[in-house]
Amino acid sequence: MMETMAVHGPGIITEEEPFTPGHRACSGCGEALSVRLAAKAIGNNAIIVNATGCMEVVASPFPHTSWRIPWIHTLFENTAAVASGAEAGLRALVKKGKRPEKNVKVVALAGDGGTSDIGLQALSGALERGHDLVYICLDNEAYMNTGIQRSSATPFGASTTTSPAGRESLGQVTWKKNLPAIAVAHDIPYVATACPSYHRDLMKKVAKALEVKGPAYIHVLSVCPVGWRCATEDTIKVGRLAVRTGVFPLYEVENGQYKLSLTLTKLEPVDSYLKLQGRFRHLTEDTIKIIQERVNREYAKLVEMASKSSPSG
Amino acid sequence: MAKRVGLEVSVAVGDAAKLADVDVVAAYPITPQTHIVEHLAELVANGELRAAYIPVESEHSAMSACLGASAVGARTFTATASQGLELMHEVLYVASALRLPIVMAVVNRALSAPISIWCDHSDAMAVRDSGWIQMFVENGQEAVDNVICAFRIGEDRRVLLPVMIHLDGFSLSHVIEPIILPEQSEVARFLPPYDPPLPLDPEKPVTVGAFAPPFIYTEVKWAQEMTLEGAKEVILECWREFANTFGRHYSPVESYRTEGAKVLLMTMGSLSETAMVAVDKMRDEGKEVGLIKLRLWRPFPFAELRQAVRDAEVLIVLDRALSFGGPGGPVCSEVKAALYREARRPEVVGFVGGLGGRDISMADFEEMVNQGIKLAEAGSEREFEIFGVRE
Repeated sequence: MMETMAVHGPGIITEEEPFTPGHRACSGCGEALSVRLAAKAIGNNAIIVNATGCMEVVASPFPHTSWRIPWIHTLFENTAAVASGAEAGLRALVKKGKRPEKNVKVVALAGDGGTSDIGLQALSGALERGHDLVYICLDNEAYMNTGIQRSSATPFGASTTTSPAGRESLGQVTWKKNLPAIAVAHDIPYVATACPSYHRDLMKKVAKALEVKGPAYIHVLSVCPVGWRCATEDTIKVGRLAVRTGVFPLYEVENGQYKLSLTLTKLEPVDSYLKLQGRFRHLTEDTIKIIQERVNREYAKLVEMASKSSPSG
Repeated sequence: MAKRVGLEVSVAVGDAAKLADVDVVAAYPITPQTHIVEHLAELVANGELRAAYIPVESEHSAMSACLGASAVGARTFTATASQGLELMHEVLYVASALRLPIVMAVVNRALSAPISIWCDHSDAMAVRDSGWIQMFVENGQEAVDNVICAFRIGEDRRVLLPVMIHLDGFSLSHVIEPIILPEQSEVARFLPPYDPPLPLDPEKPVTVGAFAPPFIYTEVKWAQEMTLEGAKEVILECWREFANTFGRHYSPVESYRTEGAKVLLMTMGSLSETAMVAVDKMRDEGKEVGLIKLRLWRPFPFAELRQAVRDAEVLIVLDRALSFGGPGGPVCSEVKAALYREARRPEVVGFVGGLGGRDISMADFEEMVNQGIKLAEAGSEREFEIFGVRE
């Protein structure tokens, strides 16, 4: 994997940093990395609408800001609605000649709690109404900002502070809510999954989402060493294993057509992913087997959907 | 010159937003606000209003979309009522703190439970600390005029605050009244274009809604308070200018037949019109009764109120909301607080009534005055009386 970075990285990635260094994210934060890469792909001609959460807290302690482009934070669950208003406002002002047409993009950023739990209604509304915006869910699989509480995006078996593993519980007892599928069900033009371990893929998808006319949704798995209890230097590795085990497959759905972003001839065993993370350390072999079976089944479904989709999209 | 026409008040409120040439309307339907937003949707659909209409999926999103629209520099309008206003609650605080001059018509309706679609002021009172300018209108003309004024006041660089125009559900919103709709050209002269100081714009990036550590939060809130208090001067200036242009006068506290009145009634909203007729009758009968109408609720017009009631012996305040377990009606409680340090002040008697659409008739106002005088003389152990309740 390092070879890929060495060959492609420096020459291709822009040096511009709309999301600047110096923010207060924890070391090894996968989410800050996701935002940094996404921001590079977004460029300067955009307005960021950020939900309450880690990325808001680390980027905007007054009087500092990590954003070189216009940025607004208001509340937790309303990011998609604020973005809707910004997009509609820009459109109206341009139409009425009150602002020049400069094709300013509106990009919403929110965590998994802000997206799959408390912000789901606002997101659904924005996607259904067809606003021309990009919504990026930065999924670190729990409420990390408040101290690792479970969300509906927390995976089965993970121990969090509100789904602790104990004698009577194996931790999170529900399967991760499939947000990309929910986005797809809104019949929007572009849905994708991404992970900063595959940085070029992530940036390419963000760039593509920006080009799409209408709503685009990108779900980015962002490793959180604090919440996942993994080594800070393993962020890229853990993200890469999430993809290679099929736990978090990378794909795009363009106008309803599924396309896998990577060809994995054989999935790595989920155990290789789980064992790097303290949140899964209590799992027995039997439970790991249940997870493995579920991953196999879900991945097979995805492969089937991709094979049924027409290659042209 | 604009003509006087018969219009449903809700429709006229929509027309007022159109006359203000709003850029964005984001709204969610709720009784009795619906006719306002339906009319606006129709105006946009017919090309009579050039605006983006966002049919959001909740009031929380309605106000949130208003935040986004206003933050990019769009003139933004919405309307709601009751539960809708409550669902917006946390967003209201953000609108005022981020200094976004959104204008909202609130068609006053009781709060659940039990569910009631009819009017009282419990919705308005529940948001009195949200940092918005709030005014109560008593008829359709006032509603139209003050929706237009609301944009001019809110968007003023000395203010930059959101404004709520409160009109009573059904008893005002759904009645047809003779209303003068100003000409578009007149409104355009009166209301300058919205020129936000710091819109979200890639040409000049700003960070809006940063998180405030303890060293700055108090200062932010104090600045907000100073601005809202200071907004009163701008409101007065706007109303003076409005009177010069359109010939209709408004003031924060209005006195009706208060000359030599020993007893004053105090009302807010559409019941003021009934109260005026009741005062006329009592005056005809030789009773020294007058009426105080409170139009401006936030910022609270302390000086004007003190001045208006200083010569009375009894002040009878009617609240259409109840602060449970507290001092009774919020209006009466604030009036009492405003008069506390006055050397000369009337005896204040509080009634809570007209809840959930219960009508208050002329006869009721007369009864309230009679009871109020007795209570003022005899005193009461209770902080307030609930009017017309069947126990």
